[in-house]
Amino acid sequence: MNTSVTRVLPSALSDEDELRAASLPRVSQSTRRTALAVLGGLLSLSVWIGLWQLASVNDWNFFFRFENIPAPTDVAAAAADFLTSPKLAAHVWSSVRRIFIGYGVASVLAVGLGLLIGRFRLVSHATLPALEVLRPIPAVAWIPLAILLFASAEQSMVFITFIGAFFPVLLNTIHGVETLDRRLLHAAITLGAGPVALFREVILPGAMPSIVTGLSIGMGTSWFSLVTAEMISGQFGIGYYTWEAYTLQNYPNIVLGMISIGLLGMLSSSLIKAAGRYFMPWFKPNGGAA
Amino acid sequence: MSTAAALRAKSVSLNGVSIHFGEGAHAVQALDAVDLQIPAGQFVSILGPSGCGKSTILNAIGGFGNLSAGQVYVGDERVHGAGPDRGIVFQQHTLLPWKTVITNVEFGLKMRGVPARERRQSAREILEQVGLGEFLHHYPHQLSGGMQQRVNLVRVLVNRPGVILMDEPFCSLDAQTRLQMQSMLLELWAALGMTVIFVTHDVDEALFLSDRVVVLSRRPARVIDEFSVELPRPRTREALTDPQFMRLKRRSLEQLLEGPRQLSAHRQAAASESRGV
Repeated sequence: MNTSVTRVLPSALSDEDELRAASLPRVSQSTRRTALAVLGGLLSLSVWIGLWQLASVNDWNFFFRFENIPAPTDVAAAAADFLTSPKLAAHVWSSVRRIFIGYGVASVLAVGLGLLIGRFRLVSHATLPALEVLRPIPAVAWIPLAILLFASAEQSMVFITFIGAFFPVLLNTIHGVETLDRRLLHAAITLGAGPVALFREVILPGAMPSIVTGLSIGMGTSWFSLVTAEMISGQFGIGYYTWEAYTLQNYPNIVLGMISIGLLGMLSSSLIKAAGRYFMPWFKPNGGAA
Repeated sequence: MSTAAALRAKSVSLNGVSIHFGEGAHAVQALDAVDLQIPAGQFVSILGPSGCGKSTILNAIGGFGNLSAGQVYVGDERVHGAGPDRGIVFQQHTLLPWKTVITNVEFGLKMRGVPARERRQSAREILEQVGLGEFLHHYPHQLSGGMQQRVNLVRVLVNRPGVILMDEPFCSLDAQTRLQMQSMLLELWAALGMTVIFVTHDVDEALFLSDRVVVLSRRPARVIDEFSVELPRPRTREALTDPQFMRLKRRSLEQLLEGPRQLSAHRQAAASESRGV
């Protein structure tokens, strides 16, 4: 990759070294930009919530029937109840625990398998055809089979979250290994790296940006799959809570459940991204690192 | 350089090396029976037109790619694959983006099982020697192109390879940085004494750096000329205007631009022209 940048610098070129190394991010400007972005986000959010409030209070029936939709104020009241009740912790904890196990196992297996598939043609030939057939099957379609496969509903729900996370992580890991700059491998080999060191020092870190992308996408699909599974066969869990609210005609709680799912998904995805940034200080998403 | 292990320069010889890529009608011959004997510690440049197969020679010595015929020896051993006795410096740096400058330089020593303290010490010393002492903990993308290539070079040299193979290492740098890098390379070579095989298409660069220049033909590459450069060392920029330098430059350019066959045809045409008309 050609990273040389034409600089408008009349002075000697040897100054370039110092300039480049000394250039620091402009803190004041970037904080101001962040503040503006947050402010803008809040403003746009409040406009939409305001519209929703108007629509519900006035029972707007224009294609969408707002007469049965709870107003934001009703949802807020339900949220206040929910936050103080012990049910909250039980539901959230059930869901988080399922994610933790299903997503965790999927990540470890998918990264490991992806590294091997990306690196060794034999492993790729042995596994990819079967995986390609399974990949387009949505996690929801696995639910009946999952119920038959496992003794308890709990295990089958964990399995569904596993399925949801597995393929995005796997495919991104394979992609990361396959698109790794081969010259880096050659360089490491001539510096004396053996097969194990090559995996540890070059292939895994080199594929890491792509793996983190996969983990982040996988987190989203994992929540998506879990909520569906909980609606169908769950007891406890935030998806179950949402569906239960519907069957009990407790409408504000439906919206509350949905918002909780959104927040939990967003929170866990941003945790993955933050971890990625923390462990890859060398990686610049715009423009690459090499 | 004091604390580090001594370096033992190695000779390199290519005996009738041919390489072709592809098969059948699509086969392309890159090298055609190349013979080359390079004594230990010599600085040799391989000069040739772009795309002539210069890099293919380096790959053959480096142990990447298969020979169609012939053998390559480094020291007394026949080359069968890549090995840390032959360091390679590519045109674009191949530093690992996720490692800092010093951990990149330590990499080869780590692979050979040198203890952490010792390898850190060697890496720090050689980096300080090339003026990068203040950038030990920077990542490669935070450095300028010239600095990246300096790190790339010392990452190879810290392992004390008997031979280093350089594939147009300075050709993507700006003119001034390039001159600095050439002088730095000569200093390091004078201090360490490894065999250097330096591929370039730049005649001035080849003549300024080398003990000996080998000129290749267009593809399939054959050795069409070979000469010694007997300018005194250490070399300065004054060498560039030395009469010997000018003479060798003219000789190289003629070979590069026209090749021996075309050259003679051209002369014949000129001769008949002067006779006839």
